[in-house]
This record gives sequence, structure tokens and C-alpha cells, in this order.
Amino acid sequence: MTVDNAATGNTAPIVRARGLSKRYGTTMALDHVDLQIAPGRIVGLIGPNGAGKTTALKAILGLTEFDGELSVLGLDPRTHRTELMQQVCFIADVAVLPRWLRVGEAVDFVAGVHPRFSREKCMGLLARTKVQPTQRVRELSKGMIVQLHLALVMVIDAKLLVLDEPTLGLDILYRKEFYETLLNDYFDHEKTILVTTHQVEEIERILTDLIFIRDGRIVLDASMDAVGERYAEVMVAPDKTDAARALKPLSERQVFGKSIFLFDGIDHARLAALGDLHKPSVADLFVATMKGTYA
Amino acid sequence: MSPVMPTNKFAWLLKREFWEYRGAFLWTPVITGMVMLALVVFGLVVAEHTASRAGVNLNGINFNEISAHLNEGNAAKLHAGLTIGMLSLGFPIGVALFFVLFIYGIGALYNDRADRSVLFWKSLPISDTETVLAKVVAMAVIAPALAVAAMIALHLGFLVLTSLWVLAHGINPMLLWAPGNLLALWAKLILLIPINALWAMPSIGWLLLCSSFARSKPFLWAVALPVVTGVLISMVHLMNSLSLPSGWFWRNVVGRLLFSIIPGTWVDAADLRSFDHEDRLPEALNSLLSVDTLGHLLSSPNFLIGVAAGAAMIAAAIYFRRKRTESYA
Repeated sequence: MTVDNAATGNTAPIVRARGLSKRYGTTMALDHVDLQIAPGRIVGLIGPNGAGKTTALKAILGLTEFDGELSVLGLDPRTHRTELMQQVCFIADVAVLPRWLRVGEAVDFVAGVHPRFSREKCMGLLARTKVQPTQRVRELSKGMIVQLHLALVMVIDAKLLVLDEPTLGLDILYRKEFYETLLNDYFDHEKTILVTTHQVEEIERILTDLIFIRDGRIVLDASMDAVGERYAEVMVAPDKTDAARALKPLSERQVFGKSIFLFDGIDHARLAALGDLHKPSVADLFVATMKGTYA
Repeated sequence: MSPVMPTNKFAWLLKREFWEYRGAFLWTPVITGMVMLALVVFGLVVAEHTASRAGVNLNGINFNEISAHLNEGNAAKLHAGLTIGMLSLGFPIGVALFFVLFIYGIGALYNDRADRSVLFWKSLPISDTETVLAKVVAMAVIAPALAVAAMIALHLGFLVLTSLWVLAHGINPMLLWAPGNLLALWAKLILLIPINALWAMPSIGWLLLCSSFARSKPFLWAVALPVVTGVLISMVHLMNSLSLPSGWFWRNVVGRLLFSIIPGTWVDAADLRSFDHEDRLPEALNSLLSVDTLGHLLSSPNFLIGVAAGAAMIAAAIYFRRKRTESYA
């Protein structure tokens, strides 16, 4: 596992799931999910509410029972959770730091129990914020709690970082800073990040891979490059809309009197004849893919 | 990468418990002790005031005569009386410890699920077994040790205050100090920490199990389940005189689950009867914590089954700590 993953390119996957299933009563939160996440990727796991995102993350982190096969860094998260947590970090939602804890105590504690934690780096990150060591978590604003949580987690030299809605409820300044710190101070080619969020627009520039999940099933699993090759958005003039519809677009919407069609797997040269070609945004792709989810 | 040192990690877990419950573990016994000392001062002031109003001259003769006639047997009685006085002075600290442990035990494995901070703790390389055992040690050792330290400080404070008082009346305060007795008392209090801890296992296990198991309202689970069961058994017992042992259930199940964390509840009521006789006070005090009494206790089924039941409930608490990541309250 210490081999240079980036150099060899296709070493063992960080996460490998086969037939991963989880049932809550009569609903299948995860329905035979097959999944592989390679090292050095930033993977967005995107889906509507209740699609099974959090359940998938919980399974990967060993926080829930499941059926099927799942290995994370070659370990079964059900039986090797403690070992796994030396290599895996996660931020599950913001503001889950205990409110009674003092900042200094939090740093001391993580330094005491985590062999891969760097106190110097953590203090360095905290020095860039207004967070003071003597403050209790309950005295901090929500944004400051996230800064503290990030300072605690990002200085752990882990193989996999899992983020579940990491910026929920934060204002735009903190959200921007969050992803900048993530990319500049944390990410390198030996680390893997798995992130879920509703704010798709904010992460689409940093993702290398995209996974859409719906009703417990994976409906899209591709690299961003592959997404760009496969999907295309075309702005079509009124006289060519019938021709566009004949190619069975995923979706159609109107902007300023023109129709915008989203196509899946149609040759880009053919589409260019219909109008201007764009790479679709993840948000538009998401909306088109998830059509009828709440119907 | 430094190697993981489990003992060191466990020490950090214990520190975390102390940080979170500093007020309960440390300040509760300290403040209770200070209140008791204030009561002692108040008592002495009232005694002075009453005596002067009634025209009783506390200075001189009476006390001096007493001290002059204080022979060995009387001195032993005086010191035994003082020891019992100090023990009872420390009793409220024991009662406070019960409330501290009860509240702590109910919340120990529940509160962090309720506020979701369990997700932070679980993101660190700590096993559920380590987490739960740290809470057991906090209840069995850390809180009682701090309570005993507060009791010893209270005893010292009491002796200093009464020494000053008798000195003010011209009596040699050294009469009150019997270092051998004091050290014996404190040694016993310290040695009793592990005995009390083992005796408390059913309560510790039960509270932690409820705390770990309950999706909501762990207090209700912890109290209502044994009490309602007890009431049902008592009712069946009354209605058709089936020989269901309801008294036995209340004493050995309900009592042991809920009240064993009160220090010294293992003392047999029968042993206390000898305290009625003033003459036998010193012997009674010695026998209370003697090797015989403790040997009898440690080999009693009540004690041994309690330890085993406590261990089983702690194991169950670890199991549910793994299963229940979030409370659904």
C-alpha cells in the first residue's frame, strides 16, 4: 500500500464495492452497488436526498452494517474499523465537534490518539484563523468550527478523506476557503477524496470523477474527462429543434427563446451541425439524470 | 510515523472524560466538602453562643478535667468517635458521588449520539471497546478517587478547625490527633476504592448499557425498566401469593442495578448494630473494614454475581456502541 500509486497508475483501488446493499425496513438504501475508487482521485458522490449517499459513506467508514463485499484500503470496514481510521479521515457534516471541548484540548487529544497527526501543521492552519486555543467549541461560530475541524483533520496524513456535506450551512466565504484549503494544503496524488454535497456547482471544478446515485443504485460513474466526451449541450435555433429532438436528447430547456438540448453519447460532429456545443455543467447533467425522482 | 501506544492512548481517553466532566468529578466533591466545613464552623459558633448565653463556662475546668482523666481506653473511644464523626462528615460527598456517577453513566454513551459529536470521536482510530472501558474507569476509579481525596481534605480541615476551637478553650489540641488512626482511616478509604468499584459493577454496567442502547430517554430506560418490573413482581406476589420473591428482587436486582454506585452500600446492616454500644466502638470500627469482613464480602455470591453481571452489561454496552452511531431522538 506504500507503493507510489500515481506512478504505477493502476494500483489497488482505495475503495472496492461489489453487490453492496443495505436495507432499512422495506426500502433499499443501497441496491447491489458496484464501485471502484482509484487512488489520487477526487470523487463527487452526488444524488438527491435519500438516494443512499450517506449510507454508502457510512458503510465505507464502518459505521453501519451492510450486505455484499466492501473493502477500503484492503480492509473490511466492519471488522477493521480502528485500523482503517488510521488511514481514513472523515468530516461527517459540519458542527459535529463536541460543544464542551476546548480548542487546545481538541488538538492535544487528536495528537495523543492519532499517530499520523501533525501538531505543527495544525497550529499553522489555526494561526490563519481567529480560533483561540482557550475557546470552547460552543463559543465559536459555525464557520470557525469548520475551520477548526478542517485544521484537525487535514493535517492527518491519511490515504482517504471522506467529506459528507462538508459545507452545509456555511456562507460563501467559508465555502470558498474550504475548497481552496482542501486543494492547496491537503490534496496530492497519493490522497483520495470522496465528497458528497448538494452544492454541485462549487465542487465541479475540483472533481476528477463523478458518481451519480439514485434510489440506491449507481446511475453514472465516470471520470470528468469521460463525462465531457459523452455528454454535450447544444444551443439549437428554432428551425432545427425537430432535428435535435429526433436524436433523443436527455433533456430540453428554453433560454432566451432558444432551446438547449442535452445529449448522451451522440457524436459531437453531428451535434455541431445543430448549433453551439458546450460541455454541460454537472448541475444540468444531474437535473437531467434525476428527472422524476420526486414524482 | 510513531508507533501507537495503547496505554498512552487510553490515558488520553481518560483525560477527555475528565475534561468533559471536570465540574462533576472534581468540583462537586470539593464544594460539598467546603459546605460541610462551613457547617462545622457554624456548629462551633452556635455551640459557643449557646454556651455563653446559658452561662456555661467552657473555659478551663471541665475540659481540663476531662483531658486529665483521659486514659488510654477513653482516648481510644474519643478517637473512634472522631473517626466516625469524620466518616459521617464525608458521607454527603459519597451521596454527591452517587448523583455524579448516575448522571454521568446515563449520558456517557448517549449525549454524543444526541448531539452527533459521536461522528467526530468515531473518525479517530479508537475502538469502541477502548471508549467504553475509559468510561468504566472514569466511573469506577477517577470519580471515586477524587471523592476520597476531597474526603481526606475535609477530615484535615475538620481536625484543624476543631483543634483551633479546643485551643481557644485552653486544651491541648494534640489530644484530637491520632496519626495512626488517621492514616489507617485514609488507607482504608483508598483501599476501599477498588472494593467499591467492583461492588458498583452492576450499576456501572447497567447505566452504561442503557446509555449505549437507548435511542432516546436513557434515564427512563435505566430507572423505569427495573422499577416497573419490580412493581409487577410485587403485584403478582400480592395477588396470588405465588412465591415470587419480590423483596429479593427489589434488594438484589433493582437495588444493585441503581444504587451500588453509592460507596459502602455493601456494608451489611447487621455489622452496623455493634455501633450502638459506645464501649465497643473502636473494635466495631476495626471489624467493619477488617480482612475477615472483606474476605466474607469478596467471596459472597451477591458480590461475585454482581461483578459478572456488570462485566456482561459492559460487554453489551460495547456491542451497542458499535451498532448505534446516531441517536434517533
